[in-house]
Amino acid sequence: MSKNIKFLGLLLTLIIIFIILLKGLNVSKDYSNEKLKSKIDFSLNAKKLFSDEIINISDLFDKNSPSVVNIWASWCAPCREEHQFLMKLKDMNINIIGINYKDSPKNAKNFLSLLGNPYSEVITDNDGTKSIEFGAIGVPETFIISGKTNEIIKKYIGPLTSENLVEIKDLLKKNA
Amino acid sequence: MPKIIKLVFLLYFCFNFSYAKGINTKVEQITKNLRCLICQGQSVYDSQSDFAISMKLVVKNMIDEGKKEKEIYDYLKSKYGEWIVYEPELNQNTFLLWLLPLILFIFGGLLIIRKVSIK
Repeated sequence: MSKNIKFLGLLLTLIIIFIILLKGLNVSKDYSNEKLKSKIDFSLNAKKLFSDEIINISDLFDKNSPSVVNIWASWCAPCREEHQFLMKLKDMNINIIGINYKDSPKNAKNFLSLLGNPYSEVITDNDGTKSIEFGAIGVPETFIISGKTNEIIKKYIGPLTSENLVEIKDLLKKNA
Repeated sequence: MPKIIKLVFLLYFCFNFSYAKGINTKVEQITKNLRCLICQGQSVYDSQSDFAISMKLVVKNMIDEGKKEKEIYDYLKSKYGEWIVYEPELNQNTFLLWLLPLILFIFGGLLIIRKVSIK
């Protein structure tokens, strides 16, 4: 009798462990913060790339419609690849704010004069701390940010693609 | 007399260093518990990636501003998610992780007590 109980106990424990492990198989292993909708602190101050003037970043955002924020650097090869798509966004009259990440102002300006400047304004982030406020882990990253709620609507880690372009257009229209 | 002066100097420098260490260890302590998101398997403290260097600076600045440890963790979690912290919080998803060792400890203890008392 007691042998049976022991056997049943063991079987039950094994079944429970099996179920826990089986459930664990289906747990998402996506740890990126791409879907995180954090709020941006608009009281942040930053230096402009072209005039060295220090401004409040809230001045760069359109209060009534979402804006696109792009973190880039002249030394970053994928940034060069995605630049054509940013230029296309600019042609659609979209407000794009550039954050120049750990770059020399001279190289950054050369990059923009060579490939075109899609940004309504570029601010510099010499020590990378402003990019942390946006939850970035590297360059390039692109964000759609609501001017009303300061919230990140959408985040793209890595260079933009032509499919992203269509999605950005739709999202901007939907949130306008 | 010179001995006393030496001693005073020595003590002065000792306290000086320990003060500087006080700030650094706080940054150290926090950044050691932060996962470097682009160099997995390393803490932000250990990593020399651009991202980790900036994050160390952010933590240092927040401590200088007088922010508490919890505020710093909460801030980074809001930006990067729970995954950024090595030590997970006790919640619905992690209670088994935290309580299982305790349960096993009690269970094992009970087994030992029973064995001993039977003898």
